[in-house]
Amino acid sequence: MHAYESEFREPLINGLDKNYTKITDDLVAPTERITPLWLIATLITGAGAAFFVFCLTWTVWFGIGTWGLNKTIGWAWDITNFVWWIGIGHAGTLISAILLLFRQRFRTGINRAAEAMTIFAVICAGMFPIFHMGRVWDAPFIFPIPNTRGPVWVNFNSPLLWDVFAISTYFSVSLLFWYSGLMPDFGTIRDRAKGKTRKWIYNILSFGWQGTAKQWQRFEALCLVLAGLSTPLVLSVHTIVSFDFATSVIPGWHTTIFPPYFVAGAIFSGFAMVETLMLISRKMFSLEDYITINHIESMNKIIVLTGSIVGIAYLTELFIAWYSGFLYEQFAFYNRILGKYFWAYAIMMTCNVVTPQFYWIKSIRRNLYWTFALSIFVNIGMWFERFVIIVTSLADDYLPSSWNYFSPTWVDWGIYLGSISVFLFLFLLFSRFFPTIAIAEVKSIFRIASEVSKVARAKEAQSATASTGGFVGLQSIGPLDKDAKN
Amino acid sequence: MESNKFVVGLWDHEEVYLHAIGHIRKKGIAIYESLTPFPVHGLENALGYRDTRLHTTAFIFGATGTTLALTFMTWVMTYNYPLNVGGKPYWPLPSFIPITFELTVLFSAWGMTLTYLVRNKLWPGRVPRIFDKRTTDDRFALVFDAEQLTEAQKNEIKSLCTSEGAVEVKDKVFAENEGL
Repeated sequence: MHAYESEFREPLINGLDKNYTKITDDLVAPTERITPLWLIATLITGAGAAFFVFCLTWTVWFGIGTWGLNKTIGWAWDITNFVWWIGIGHAGTLISAILLLFRQRFRTGINRAAEAMTIFAVICAGMFPIFHMGRVWDAPFIFPIPNTRGPVWVNFNSPLLWDVFAISTYFSVSLLFWYSGLMPDFGTIRDRAKGKTRKWIYNILSFGWQGTAKQWQRFEALCLVLAGLSTPLVLSVHTIVSFDFATSVIPGWHTTIFPPYFVAGAIFSGFAMVETLMLISRKMFSLEDYITINHIESMNKIIVLTGSIVGIAYLTELFIAWYSGFLYEQFAFYNRILGKYFWAYAIMMTCNVVTPQFYWIKSIRRNLYWTFALSIFVNIGMWFERFVIIVTSLADDYLPSSWNYFSPTWVDWGIYLGSISVFLFLFLLFSRFFPTIAIAEVKSIFRIASEVSKVARAKEAQSATASTGGFVGLQSIGPLDKDAKN
Repeated sequence: MESNKFVVGLWDHEEVYLHAIGHIRKKGIAIYESLTPFPVHGLENALGYRDTRLHTTAFIFGATGTTLALTFMTWVMTYNYPLNVGGKPYWPLPSFIPITFELTVLFSAWGMTLTYLVRNKLWPGRVPRIFDKRTTDDRFALVFDAEQLTEAQKNEIKSLCTSEGAVEVKDKVFAENEGL
């Protein structure tokens, strides 16, 4: 009846009191009450989001001159933040699409929140290039829309245009994937709703979901195909983002290693952000039984893998710069390590290459405090990676007389910190009104991977060996890993 | 005409439920609807549903996106407004690939999702018929159309459900065109 599940695997749903009713109760509970902590956090981040809007208005009103950009460094924090946010979004798609194709059951506990993160991160990311245009009202012309100037079309040879298509496709497909998964869970909330208004609102959100066998059959087909589409999509998005740099003729940017290196870095930073947020929200909404240490350890394993890929990419880049014998490339890298931005390079190397290596140690992988601290380090490190690539390569260009230094203004700071507030604000709203964990998907692994079912199967196996008398095999060791008690 | 009278059987374990469906169908009793809180593996086989053709729509929409992207960019760059960009070719196929790929995915995903919504009759504001509120929580339901059934036939279905492990069996009557 069941898919095969090794008894040595730790349960993904903890607690011996769990059944379908309890799962619904636990997972819908956060949407049914307001906690003071949530309210305070929402108000603070809401104020930050308002400041973000203020700084953007300031930018539009007074122009891009309010940013710290200069003639030499025409791209700085804006594009750094853009790439950083896009990268953060990647973990959501990885969890929901790639782990679905690989049939990783641990995805069910974290996919919903990670997908929401993807959407909010892409919203934040999109703001930067749009407002960097200056005349933001001309933004629609980044799309090939008919116009009265010829018509002059967009340049299909430009990676910046590919980016427009990549990011907008990525945003809308992620939204579809996320929302189609949400409909059944909105149905669950609707059917529990006490008040009439609440029922009405959640019925609209659920699109009138019933959960008939045919609906579920189509639902599974949809999820599988969307996962199949999103997998190459997510890889293409950061590949195309890296083309913005790789196809240019700036030393330090013009490298063929960029696409895989950017994709690995994106997944790396995305998982770090998922951990930062999940560690907070599992505590805030008491979801410890559904987002277990096992989930966190699995994510830490992905972080150490992608972090090591990023580390190798940094070293390869250095080696190739030396090996190429190309003076300008060598200068760019010498400048990164020992130039005026050496501190940024040092932060990047420490946070991205050294930090994840701690996860080779199992006790650190399974420690919440370490995980939280290291995830913050990775977030910082990955921001500096983009800063190093973008700003240090531009600062000392071909012409020494135009060498320059970038210092952010208060508007730069406001927009950057504001975008973090917007992200957290949206995430807080999401976790209050939407089911943060995919209820139906968690139920679908209940018979396979919950502690309840594992204990039941172990008892069955024990009584079977007792009655046959002879064979005492692997099953007598017991169903659970000894560290699984957490 | 839409039926308004139903018999609803509720189960609390999906394996018992799947067995029950097999036995009930063998007796020749038509199942009107089957409702579960999550996708139960093997349910569509037990009910004798054929495979969904939704996958095919994804392919058709995807192919539309591919064609549209390639023809549009070709038309713009070679016919409508040929523009010399740094001496590059007027028809640079390799630089068309990223946008072609993205539009393929975009059309495929949107086309498939919209088809899914239409086929599943899902739209914001739709008022569905809820046979039992717990079918989105912890109960697996079988619904039988009771419009044409006599009292004796209803009782037969009910006792069959109970003997197949249903934890609850009940009548459900909707007013004309009533939902929720």
